[in-house]
Amino acid sequence: MTVLENEAETAHKQGAMRLVAAPMLLLTLAIAGYFLFPDNLALLTRIIAISLLVLSIDLVTGICGVATLGQAAMFGAGAYAAGIGAAHFGITDPLAMTVVGAFGGALAGLLSGLVMLRAHGLPQLVLSIAVVHLFHEAANKASRWTGGSDGLTGITPSPLLGLFDFDLWGRTAYIYGVFLLLLTFVALRVIVSSPFGMLCRGIGEDATRIEAMGGDVRGTMLKMFVIAGFVAGTGGALGAISTQVVGLDTLSFALSAEALVMLVLGGAGSLYGALTGTVTFMWLEDVISAANPFHWMTIVGALLIAAVLFAPRGLYGAVEELAARIWGRR
Amino acid sequence: MQTILSVAIDALAYGMILFLISIGLSVTMGLMRVVNLAHGAFAMIGGYFASYAMSALGLGYGLAIVLAVTATVIIALPLERFLYRRIYGAPELTQVLMTIGVTFCIIGITNYLFGPTLKTVPLPPDLAGSTDLGFRTISNHRLFAIACGLMVAAGLWLLFSRTGFGIKLRAVVDNAAMAASLGVRTQWVYAAAFAISVALAALGGVIGAELLPIEPYYALRYMVTFLVVVSVGGAGSIPGALLACLLLGAIETAGRYLAPEYGEFFFYLAVIAIVSIFPRGLLGRAN
Amino acid sequence: MNREPVFEAVGLQKNFGGVAVADNITLALYAGDRVALIGPNGAGKTTFVNLVTGNVAPSAGKVRLAGKDVMAESPAMRVRRGLVRTFQLTRLFQRMTVAEHVALAILQREGRTGRLVGNFRAMPNVLAEMREILATLDLSLVADRLVCELGYGQQRLVEIALALALKPKVLLLDEPTAGVPAGETARLESALDQLPPDLAVLMIEHDIDLVFRFARRVVVLDAGAVIFDGQPGDAAASAQVRRVYLGNFTDARHPA
Repeated sequence: MTVLENEAETAHKQGAMRLVAAPMLLLTLAIAGYFLFPDNLALLTRIIAISLLVLSIDLVTGICGVATLGQAAMFGAGAYAAGIGAAHFGITDPLAMTVVGAFGGALAGLLSGLVMLRAHGLPQLVLSIAVVHLFHEAANKASRWTGGSDGLTGITPSPLLGLFDFDLWGRTAYIYGVFLLLLTFVALRVIVSSPFGMLCRGIGEDATRIEAMGGDVRGTMLKMFVIAGFVAGTGGALGAISTQVVGLDTLSFALSAEALVMLVLGGAGSLYGALTGTVTFMWLEDVISAANPFHWMTIVGALLIAAVLFAPRGLYGAVEELAARIWGRR
Repeated sequence: MQTILSVAIDALAYGMILFLISIGLSVTMGLMRVVNLAHGAFAMIGGYFASYAMSALGLGYGLAIVLAVTATVIIALPLERFLYRRIYGAPELTQVLMTIGVTFCIIGITNYLFGPTLKTVPLPPDLAGSTDLGFRTISNHRLFAIACGLMVAAGLWLLFSRTGFGIKLRAVVDNAAMAASLGVRTQWVYAAAFAISVALAALGGVIGAELLPIEPYYALRYMVTFLVVVSVGGAGSIPGALLACLLLGAIETAGRYLAPEYGEFFFYLAVIAIVSIFPRGLLGRAN
Repeated sequence: MNREPVFEAVGLQKNFGGVAVADNITLALYAGDRVALIGPNGAGKTTFVNLVTGNVAPSAGKVRLAGKDVMAESPAMRVRRGLVRTFQLTRLFQRMTVAEHVALAILQREGRTGRLVGNFRAMPNVLAEMREILATLDLSLVADRLVCELGYGQQRLVEIALALALKPKVLLLDEPTAGVPAGETARLESALDQLPPDLAVLMIEHDIDLVFRFARRVVVLDAGAVIFDGQPGDAAASAQVRRVYLGNFTDARHPA
């Protein structure tokens, strides 16, 4: 037993090492971004907010195997929860806003899960779309609270920790975003490798098999929906804090679909894939769609087709494979 | 009473146009088991062709429809051969992504070629007029759409249940290897079914252009509506699709009359309720 | 027998469009049983397993585990009561390692799969049990390989490892040797021999030699109905069983 305990101890340390290594890499990239694009911090912050949405889709689609075109319901719910809290109830502390947003997202995740887990396959996909549309229409109707199609304004976050103002250049927002992303990323890494994460991966591959092992498929998935909602809601709150407005587009089918595309281009099932996809997609979008939005659509379409045919594991998967092949040949 | 009848007539016309376009998707999804999100894009292509044929070539409405349907099928066949054929039997997510990709490409290219403006499909004088029903008038075009919908429903039902092609198609879907060993050319059957589905989309796109106007984002805007129809009705079921179209048409139209400020809230609420209670659709078959 | 059965199927009936695929099946298993369920293709053997596990709802009849009626319970609940099955075609998680499979099953049995933190590689007791199961089945060397990299014979062993990790009271083995290359069946058979002695095992199997070596009781199913339930030797002697099996028994050895 002592050998085993030693081994377990080593495994624990190695795990901890790996847990630290990935965030260090992310942090390096984030710092590089800060100095390389000082005029574009708003875009970088938006990329971080959307990254959280894409990570959240990865939990549901990449890990649990449930395709969804309605994840923006959770993102938007987070954004509106944080925004309404700030504009109507005076909760302007950015940390409190984030918590409110995360819980708003988690609640939306719970509702989405309750609805979506009623069906499988295509009807499930349609339910996901119906949920995001329902949220959208509800937010549009409740314009007294949400500002309707004009968007929710009057969100003025107080200084972060009482010290750092949200400045015009978006420095504070960016740094806060990086902090949120790192925290989420580490938490998700822990969750994905936990017993619960293993169970979820099993469900993603073969839910019936998990049932034959005594696993509670529905309950487990519902829990994952809530976690995914928490993550997406955090992203939504970050968006509300950094842009100080919340629009109906945060609750749109289009955003849901776009985020799913980012995940797939990056590589579903891997947290790195989700991040790679978001950063690549949004950066390309910024460059190309500035020239012509319709060319951008053609390119995204072509990329998607190419990904399905030639790189089913996405950009990250393709790079990983390439690396493995190069190292393998040595 | 007047209002109810009035709503009912509009709902019927709207539902029939939905049916015309969606039934092709129901065929692809129910019988070929392909989630084709680009279905609306083919309807849109049909609309563009008809518009072009009438405005630039000066063709009549009937000829324009024939040309639009033929041309759309000609565009769709290579796509079937080189793209769709590779995702038959693939997981749903793969099919969704590939066909979203096709949709995006079609939107981008269409806009490049025709610009972002709305395109009209002018109606011939006979259809542009209206008929007095006693309690209200209805445009002839809507009556035409209702008639087309009913004809398509009857024709498809005959095709799938009463002809050799229908039997072959079902055999291929149930067991492609077995059907092939019996001498059925499975790839040909799939291509033919796909062509039928696209032709119906194009037909619906042209006839429905009055209610669902033709512009590049058409393919994305109505993608969800068509998907919803199919999953509410039950993929592959012609009566199911018909029922779903009439029901959803009624809910949508009634919502627009009675509670316009709620937008499509009740429409989607109904969709969630129906799909939650009938996960296979109203008339979908059990696996 | 005075002992209470750990498993009972009582009058299980399932009709598909007028055809009975399970026809009034009644069957009891006791701790330590080694029962083979045999019958020609289409006799309804796998359907019986699906009815028992709750994956298919019967038209009539009951399933009891340790005397408790479980008809209202989900398949997962029945597994937690100790009714575990393996699949005729292996159903494993292609992107998981062998170790992860077994660890997941152990954690599931212990009700620890709800945990959001921790990794099984840092849990000494899980590791110890996993090692023991893998060693019993000769899988230690491939513990860290993905299942999709293994040969079919080894995949079948992983199926059994999964089942063992769940510590079942009743184990339903659906054709454990189907598709396994001849050279690898010996390994599988010895794994079957080493199953815990107090476990009740019902094995569906086509290999009659294996049935006679393994089973102390044989149940014969034909057209959804039990036509024989008794000693293997008597089964070989039964005219009805012979008719159903078209002489498959002629060269079968009697159990030791």
